[in-house]
Amino acid sequence: MSKKDLGLLVLILVVGAIVTVINPRFLSAINLANTSNLVALFGILSIGQAFVIITGGIELSVGSLVALLGTLFIDFIAVRELDWPLAFVVIIALGAVIGLAHGWLITRLKMQPFVVTLCGLLIYRGVARFYTADGTAGFAFGQNFPTLEFLTAGRSWGVPNSFIALIVIAAVMWVVLHRSVFGRYLYAIGKNEEAAKYSGIRTGRVVMAAYVICGVLTALSAIYFAMYTRSISPASHGQFYELYAIAAAVLGGFSLRGGEGSLVGVILGTVLLQELQNLVNLLGIPSSLNFAVMGGVILIGVLVDQQWGVFRARRLMVEASRKSMAGAAAE
Amino acid sequence: MLFIDGPVAAGQSEVHRLLSGVMNHTDATIAQATIAPFLSLEGVRKTYPGVVALDGFSMEVRPGEVVGLVGENGAGKSTLMKILGGVTRPDTGTITVDGVALQGLTVEQSIGSGIAFVHQELNLFDNLDVAANVFFGREPLRAGPLRLVDRARLRAMVAPLLKRVGANFSADAPVASLSLAQQQMVEIAKALSIKARLVILDEPTSSLPIAETEKLLDVIAGLKADGISVIFISHRLHEIERVADRVVVLRDGMLAGTLPRQAITHDQMVKLMIGRMLKERERVSDSAHAPGGVAVSVKAVQTTAYPGRPVDLDIRHGEILGLAGLVGSGRTELARVLFGIDRALGGSVQLDGREVPLASAADAVASGIFLAPEDRKLTGILLDLSIAENITLPNLPAHARRSLVSASAEAATAEKQKRKLAIKAPSVATRTGTLSGGNQQKVVLAKWLAMNPKVMILDEPTRGIDIGAKAEIYGLMRGLADAGVAVLMISSDMEEVIGVSDRIAVMHEGQVSGILGKDDFSQENVLLLAVGKRPRPALGGSQ
Repeated sequence: MSKKDLGLLVLILVVGAIVTVINPRFLSAINLANTSNLVALFGILSIGQAFVIITGGIELSVGSLVALLGTLFIDFIAVRELDWPLAFVVIIALGAVIGLAHGWLITRLKMQPFVVTLCGLLIYRGVARFYTADGTAGFAFGQNFPTLEFLTAGRSWGVPNSFIALIVIAAVMWVVLHRSVFGRYLYAIGKNEEAAKYSGIRTGRVVMAAYVICGVLTALSAIYFAMYTRSISPASHGQFYELYAIAAAVLGGFSLRGGEGSLVGVILGTVLLQELQNLVNLLGIPSSLNFAVMGGVILIGVLVDQQWGVFRARRLMVEASRKSMAGAAAE
Repeated sequence: MLFIDGPVAAGQSEVHRLLSGVMNHTDATIAQATIAPFLSLEGVRKTYPGVVALDGFSMEVRPGEVVGLVGENGAGKSTLMKILGGVTRPDTGTITVDGVALQGLTVEQSIGSGIAFVHQELNLFDNLDVAANVFFGREPLRAGPLRLVDRARLRAMVAPLLKRVGANFSADAPVASLSLAQQQMVEIAKALSIKARLVILDEPTSSLPIAETEKLLDVIAGLKADGISVIFISHRLHEIERVADRVVVLRDGMLAGTLPRQAITHDQMVKLMIGRMLKERERVSDSAHAPGGVAVSVKAVQTTAYPGRPVDLDIRHGEILGLAGLVGSGRTELARVLFGIDRALGGSVQLDGREVPLASAADAVASGIFLAPEDRKLTGILLDLSIAENITLPNLPAHARRSLVSASAEAATAEKQKRKLAIKAPSVATRTGTLSGGNQQKVVLAKWLAMNPKVMILDEPTRGIDIGAKAEIYGLMRGLADAGVAVLMISSDMEEVIGVSDRIAVMHEGQVSGILGKDDFSQENVLLLAVGKRPRPALGGSQ
């Protein structure tokens, strides 16, 4: 764990302690379970986003995708009565195809990630609303999918299964990002795509793969979100989720220029964001201030991190020059 | 530019004029010795954490004097520039500008006293035109509250400045359309526009071809004639020999010596720079054996820069083929095609008789064709990665088990290369960006050497590298050639091309205009071919 991640963890614990003092319900089993479930859903989404951000790209369409794929999933199993494992596979595949399409437009046709995914944000939202004729997608009364519900919304030993899924996914993606050849390529491309290309890396394929990973994880989280809310109004479901994901990555130490950030960081970023949401609820702050609190904390967090870095660099310089001055005086 | 724009009209006599030098150093130079210096430094010391960058350095510059400043990389030149530009303050010492003694300059004082810089990396907005660049931030405005730029007046102000620097381009030419030397002229015009009294040229010629360099040296002579002082920093010592009235040599932050006009020789400067003699002018390396068969055969390849002008070229096993030519003659473009960065518009490339697919750099790497590119910091290495990460990047799967990078395998390869190439760094985990230019270039070479190249292309391999590291890089290239690798060396440094190559191919406007065997090597022949003329036959060792 890097110093940056450690600092974030301390911040999470301090905020948690303060909230607990004011409202002890923060540490109640039910609150912790609820919060960890939300951490899981947003965490899976944010890990996907992180893989794109590390290449220096951005994926703005994930919120709309959560709505579109969630709507489709519920429609498949509740209305069209597909077997849920089949529907699951189809949704994940759709996520992969959409990610591939984004990656292809960005790497082969040299479009800017912001533009491609902004268009995706508009298109997928529109398609979702059209598909349900702006109605709400949900389960009929008495419709049950016991296994699926257990896997997505159930608990084992009091821990939400979604949170366990997040731990597993995070562990796998940690290895991919920090230990694999592919992960090294991602960092190299994020730092300097041109130099990576001159080292013989097929940069286009690597970047495309990052968007596919993002698409798959977004699809997975879309299913989790769908099973969590159980009914989806496509006009508002998943709105701003792309910004939650980006915020989690930025809080976790990712640079939007690419090439910087860790998996632990993005998870901690997600945890902090959900903790803040929870804080707003528990401390009786008007929920209309929700976004303002989040925005304020992110701004301060990133600012402090940056200034701390500048301060440390300066202190190191001063110290070293004092040493060399002392050495010169001794001569 | 004489040769860069349009069809070449220079006759042989003109080439001779360029080669023989045009500077006239009159007795006026000597008379100036008695005039008070415009700038003088006394006992300047500057330390950075762990390093003494300048240690009791003193020098002076008189009005209308051209001072050559030389020293190896790391000798303290950049620190000196920063002090003169007011970017940093010396710890101790006095700087006297125009008779006013100061403890250190601020940026405002530096500009205010007429010190202007022309840096190696130009500070121009290439999306704006020449006039806008020269008077950027100081544009003449029309009357009225809208603060509109008075284009007519701006042009009228720029025209005489361009004339003074001998520009052959107009004030509204976009900077992006100018050659490097022309862009430098814009920088100098900018310096003149602020009524500069001392122009500091920091390695202005390191990326210029010969003909453009001549033009720049003429501009320096013009500045001098106008009574403007010049500090001319260059690694190309023969240029210093040509223009400098006096040479100041820096070594390890100290004044290693000053050479008056009559004592300025290549050998003297090198001696002072490195504290010993180095025979850099002679053949640097020679092949131990005859070259082998043809390794790479370039057949009618057309690059995007010169469509319709196919290139044919053979590179043999075991030889260093020098590729000379003016900047913009299509050399780098050819290298980019051979390395799969650019697609060729036509033609084919064969390696050992078999056509190689070159759709991407990955294809070239898979075939054993490697490139050490011209722009080391942007494309050669990743400055933010460690030495080890850079070295293994092109061959990472070989350092991994089940797609997971093996730190030990990686370190082993990197350590081996670090030892073999004598890369100076605390460890292989050191960030590449903290290394000197020479060591960065060694990292570029190390990553390819670790993979057994068949063809090694080096584009300006020693640009901005000090003399000691240069010799090591020549040694590595020769070692590769002796091991049977086909080496293609693109270089604008004439001494390097002649001193290192086994054969020299010269490019002119996108095509190979001739290939010189060792007997025909001479600066004159290379230059003649570079401007599209016929070389002179060997007359028992011309030049």
